[in-house]
Amino acid sequence: MGQFVIRRSLYAIVTLFILSLTIFTVIRLTGDPVTLLAEPGARAEDLDRIRTEWGLDRPWPVQYLAFAKNVITGQLGKSFNYEMPVSTLYFQRLPNSLELALAATLISFFIGIPAGIISAVRVNTWWDSFGKIVALLGLSIPGFWLGLVMILVFSVWLEWLPTSGQGDWRNLVMPAVALGWYFAASLLRLTRSSMLEVMRSEYIKLARLKGLPSYAVIAIHAFKNALIPVLTLAGVNLVIMLNAAVIIEVIFAWPGIGRLLYEGIFQRDFPLVQGVVMEAGIMIVVINLVIDILYAYIDPRIRLTR
Amino acid sequence: MAFVTEQTDAVLVGASPPSAAGGRRRWLGRARGLPVLPLAILIPFVLIALFANAIAPYDPTEPIPGAKIFEPPLWMQGGSVHWLLGTDFQSRDVLSRLIYGARVSLIVGVAGTIVAGSIGTAMGILSGYLGGWVDQVIMRVTDAWLALPALVFAIFLATMVGPSMWNIVIILGAVFWTRYARVIRGEVLSLREREFVKLAEIAGASRVRVIFRHILPNVMNTTMVLASLTIGVVIIAEASLSFLGVGVPPPEPAWGSMLSDGRSMLMVGDWWLTIFPGLGIVLVVLATQLLGDWLRVRLDPQLRNL
Repeated sequence: MGQFVIRRSLYAIVTLFILSLTIFTVIRLTGDPVTLLAEPGARAEDLDRIRTEWGLDRPWPVQYLAFAKNVITGQLGKSFNYEMPVSTLYFQRLPNSLELALAATLISFFIGIPAGIISAVRVNTWWDSFGKIVALLGLSIPGFWLGLVMILVFSVWLEWLPTSGQGDWRNLVMPAVALGWYFAASLLRLTRSSMLEVMRSEYIKLARLKGLPSYAVIAIHAFKNALIPVLTLAGVNLVIMLNAAVIIEVIFAWPGIGRLLYEGIFQRDFPLVQGVVMEAGIMIVVINLVIDILYAYIDPRIRLTR
Repeated sequence: MAFVTEQTDAVLVGASPPSAAGGRRRWLGRARGLPVLPLAILIPFVLIALFANAIAPYDPTEPIPGAKIFEPPLWMQGGSVHWLLGTDFQSRDVLSRLIYGARVSLIVGVAGTIVAGSIGTAMGILSGYLGGWVDQVIMRVTDAWLALPALVFAIFLATMVGPSMWNIVIILGAVFWTRYARVIRGEVLSLREREFVKLAEIAGASRVRVIFRHILPNVMNTTMVLASLTIGVVIIAEASLSFLGVGVPPPEPAWGSMLSDGRSMLMVGDWWLTIFPGLGIVLVVLATQLLGDWLRVRLDPQLRNL
């Protein structure tokens, strides 16, 4: 077990190293970052001043070490615009993003899990086809467009819900549905396939032979076991939603991490953009590491096969 | 990670074959088994995109002389036959912009998928066939790039590279190739052990020959299936980038930027600026997903659970 944890952690570190190297290289490959920072038409002296100020006149390896040090100390560099460490800004926004992501997760549960179970239990029936259609629409209807349409219907025409901002549950409903929509479809598919697999297993046959009523077989024996991969996916999805809800947060003026990234783009604040992207990568690598270790802890076969 | 691996697991199988009654006639008999619904949606869009110059009533980037801004569509009060679907905030023809927008979406969707598919397939083959350090390097890069949510990565690259349609194609190719590399590598690992590959090697075929004669043709099906399922994702990604203002730059008509342009008028209920471009995205993506599912069942039943 210990060996597994060490090896898996080393992989995570290598992944983060490559990720940081990628981010670092992209910024410098695509031209002079100073021109991104400065106003168009800035004078050469000003450009030089900014270059020195940000340490961009040093050789690349030195710059990378400085960047890596910033990542490791958890500061992620200083935002050009806010003049604050990016990590501070990121963690200021995190609770807002968490609120939205949790609500979206709930919604994806409410749509995805029951529909997935019904599709699996009534496989190849009308119910199953309905589930397939929901899953297909989940992939085809972009969440941000769904958000716009909901604003039109529920805010403009029906005047039931506020269009944007943060407040009580009424502000939360539309962005959460728009964000959770896509993930509901992915949960539906996983719940369905996971349930189908479990329903074919020996212990379900035994439970049926024991004479348990069908609902008890499904609810107690099948669902509980089918839930493990589903909850794993939900965990990963939550972390993705925290970081990737850029458009939804822009549309609904939600002050989360996605909007921070958007502001970074428009204020040409490349240290901010770079920091937020790096932080998103770190969170996802860490959550995957944790999940792998938990799985290996629960299931010894995983430890041995790798 | 979750972003595309899940896309590829949409479950819906293409439309059912034409009814037995229609099958009597020869031309329908030949069409039997073809995915009628997705083709019925896609072919018109492809034609519209190809012949945009001939079909579009106006130049999509220039205001219509004499038209006001935000004219409503024909069937609404104040509508006019001169601008069937109304005008936008620069009194440009919405219909013409939609038609040219189909061209942008399809070009980026297809070209981005080709770039991603080519890089991904090449990397997957190299990684799987050569093994050793090449495999290690490619797979670690793949892991690192998959750690970022696709949209966040694409936004980051687009911000740094600067917007243009072909840049977006390359960016989306760079973001999505990792999905192919993983799957193709797995396929190659098992192909490498097959007898025909072993025999070719014993017969003295060079590595290059083995790759092009024996490996590549055998992974093409997988590449095609993945490609058909990636197009929709790429189209939505392009729309997202354009919506955020880091995609196809104005005044070029892209569905994503049309949605963004229409946002300000959503509050006063000018729904046509939001509904039509969104419907375009939904229909095209829906059709490509259906087509992908059909291809998957047709070309490689094993991929059903991908």
